[in-house]
Amino acid sequence: MITGSMTARRAGAVRREAAGAGFGALLHAEWTKLRTVRGWVVGMVLAALLTAGVTLLNHSSCSGGCSFPIGPGGEAVIDSFYFVHQPLASDGSITARVTSLTGLYSPNGGIAPGSDPEASWRPGLQPWAKAGIIVKASTRAGSAYAAMMVTGGHGVRMQYGYTGDIAGPAATASAAAPRWLRLTRTGGTLTGYWSADGTRWTRAGTAYLAGLRATAQAGLFATSPSSATSLSSSLTGTSSSGGTTVATARFDHVSLAGRRPGGTWAGADLDGLPGTGFRQSGGTITVTGSGNIAPDVPAAPDGNGTAVESTLLGAFFGLIAVIVVASMFMTAEYRRGLIRVTLAAAPSRGRVLAAKAAVVGSVTFLAGLAGSAAAVALGEPLLRSNGNFMLPVSTFTLVRAVAGTAALLAVAAVLALALGAIVRRSAAAITAVIAGIVLPYLLTNVLPAVPAGAAAWLLRVTPAAAFAIQQTVPRYRQVSASYTPMQGYFPLAPWAGFAVLCGYAAVALAVALVLLRRRDA
Amino acid sequence: MSRAIDASPPARSQLAHAGCAPPPAGRTGLREALHAEWTKLRTLPGTPWLLLAAAAATIALGTVADAAARCPASGCQLDPAKTSLTGVDLGQAIVAILAATAVSGEYATGMIRTTLAAMPRRLTVLAAKAVTVTGLTLAAGAAGVLGSVLAGRLILSGHGFTAAHGFPALSLANGQVLRAAAGSVLYLALIALLSVGVAAAVRETAAAIGIVLGLLYLLPILGLVVGSPSWHRHLEQIAPMIAGLEVQATTGLRSLPISPWAGLGVLAAWATAALLAGMLLLRLRDA
Repeated sequence: MITGSMTARRAGAVRREAAGAGFGALLHAEWTKLRTVRGWVVGMVLAALLTAGVTLLNHSSCSGGCSFPIGPGGEAVIDSFYFVHQPLASDGSITARVTSLTGLYSPNGGIAPGSDPEASWRPGLQPWAKAGIIVKASTRAGSAYAAMMVTGGHGVRMQYGYTGDIAGPAATASAAAPRWLRLTRTGGTLTGYWSADGTRWTRAGTAYLAGLRATAQAGLFATSPSSATSLSSSLTGTSSSGGTTVATARFDHVSLAGRRPGGTWAGADLDGLPGTGFRQSGGTITVTGSGNIAPDVPAAPDGNGTAVESTLLGAFFGLIAVIVVASMFMTAEYRRGLIRVTLAAAPSRGRVLAAKAAVVGSVTFLAGLAGSAAAVALGEPLLRSNGNFMLPVSTFTLVRAVAGTAALLAVAAVLALALGAIVRRSAAAITAVIAGIVLPYLLTNVLPAVPAGAAAWLLRVTPAAAFAIQQTVPRYRQVSASYTPMQGYFPLAPWAGFAVLCGYAAVALAVALVLLRRRDA
Repeated sequence: MSRAIDASPPARSQLAHAGCAPPPAGRTGLREALHAEWTKLRTLPGTPWLLLAAAAATIALGTVADAAARCPASGCQLDPAKTSLTGVDLGQAIVAILAATAVSGEYATGMIRTTLAAMPRRLTVLAAKAVTVTGLTLAAGAAGVLGSVLAGRLILSGHGFTAAHGFPALSLANGQVLRAAAGSVLYLALIALLSVGVAAAVRETAAAIGIVLGLLYLLPILGLVVGSPSWHRHLEQIAPMIAGLEVQATTGLRSLPISPWAGLGVLAAWATAALLAGMLLLRLRDA
């Protein structure tokens, strides 16, 4: 009994061992097939070279507004507003009542030089016009801050560190319903409060500002982002030019508690327009400002900058080479009758398919990684030297975009291989993968062939969704911008988009496996 | 489509029709070559499916684009004819399969040696292939384009593309719409010729498809890379897909990078170049 089960167990172990060795041998066999066909090796090298080299053709340059301050989180930010400030040494708090927020915009997209700005402006408040109280590390653009504000269309909010945004009550300020705002500083911690009457206060949120020195600047601010006034669509894409806008806020009951070395309000124009400023009469302070305190979003009217993924467009060129090689890696077996030898040597068809997928996937990943890493390494300095402002990204995001591009190529190769096993004809397999990955991107991002709604839908359901893995520019709800595929914003999150392609590859592999087992080779 | 191709390898039917009755000596003119190529192509199990797929894909993608298009009262920049003919972007890929396989498929099976033994004049063979493939593409393309225009006429009028917004219903009686439709059919035929030329030059179906689709789909993407507007415009003028498809434009004709017929001429130049390369290599190389 015991001996019997021992024998059975040992036999099982031997089988497993043989199986293990068998798969290694299979991998080795498939690797040998891949590396000994000159055309395929050339194809893979070409894929890496194309992925890396296409970016060298980039001659885009930037003129005007090509540089932005860097925020405390390392991202590019817009930090332009009118700041009425006093030093705030150590702990304390600032309180103010906002009784009105009004705005002006220029309907023809800007102010003609020499003309009277007042004459061409119309009343109108931007939804993200902001005014309120702010505690900021210094008057240097890009320094850390926390602010309580009323906005044109998004109610009372607490914002901090350029990316932090906490929503308060929805109503904005008016003479009939003024808003009270308060910021309290304890060390590096800022707590925001709002109130409708100045007696009952509701806590909005808390922010910790790293590196806030003992003396910070506290005060009132107003700002108003550019509006998208004209949209022109052409083959080159949708371009929007922003029109300058201003916002004016009226404050009273302004009080600053804490040690005040200065005692009087000073105005500072942070990168704003001439004509903005502040007026103090009695207890009322009126502040007019223009700009934004927000992360830089290239797709926004006053945003700019080049995202690092623009250096990774060569992946489309590498992709086609990879798809051709991967599909032939399967279909050539059928054409030359090699599949019969392969299956005679390794009768488990599932393992043959797995070995082929593993080999072509790994080789493609390595070629893609070399190509995309070189693309960023070569493309970024080139774009910078042409005067472009490269949007800073975190190391993790950069690695995700570069390694994700390589993974995208690898999974596309596996998809092409599986389709090759299903249809056994390279032409159909290649066309299906190219039409599935490249064509949707072309229709949505390059040619204005389909409207934005359909474009977002196409980039959700087709394998082209995977290019979301290259997107490094985040979307911010507190910045109005055209977050469309044309501007580099994919409808799905990076990994979700990549998962769509993986889903297609998994289904194709499963179908290929079933057919490979059922059909005569 | 794929199942049908799998069902029987092309070699069998090709041999049955073309190889069994070698033409008598001295009768290897274009007419015989055409007859032989037509017999080979029509008896390939995949051909009818590919033709059907090309027409169906053209109509299907065009219908999706029509369904997604909206023209509000405030106005829109969409070109109704171009929108309803968006499917040509996809249909051309299937035309490329048909055309490339008709040439390079013979190399895969070794059939080319039989063909050239029967028809020693290689250029005649290639010309016959080109004519046959183009004829079938014209038929499938006409069906796909007519279906797309019909779908556009039915769908777009319900999405704000009305006379009130400055868009009369799509009709082939309109000269520009007729040019867009006829030009799209010719576009598909030129894609077939381009694919025949490339396939004759590289002899490998997979590589030929990769090159043709790369040429069509990647040059527009290259436009995203080259930043300078003048380079971009030149690229639009020479990219076969962008220039060729300008023949579909019916609005904003003044701002096109290249005029409609000149754009189709650019694609014709690409196709001619590919065919010349294919002819030259076919003549020079051992099959």
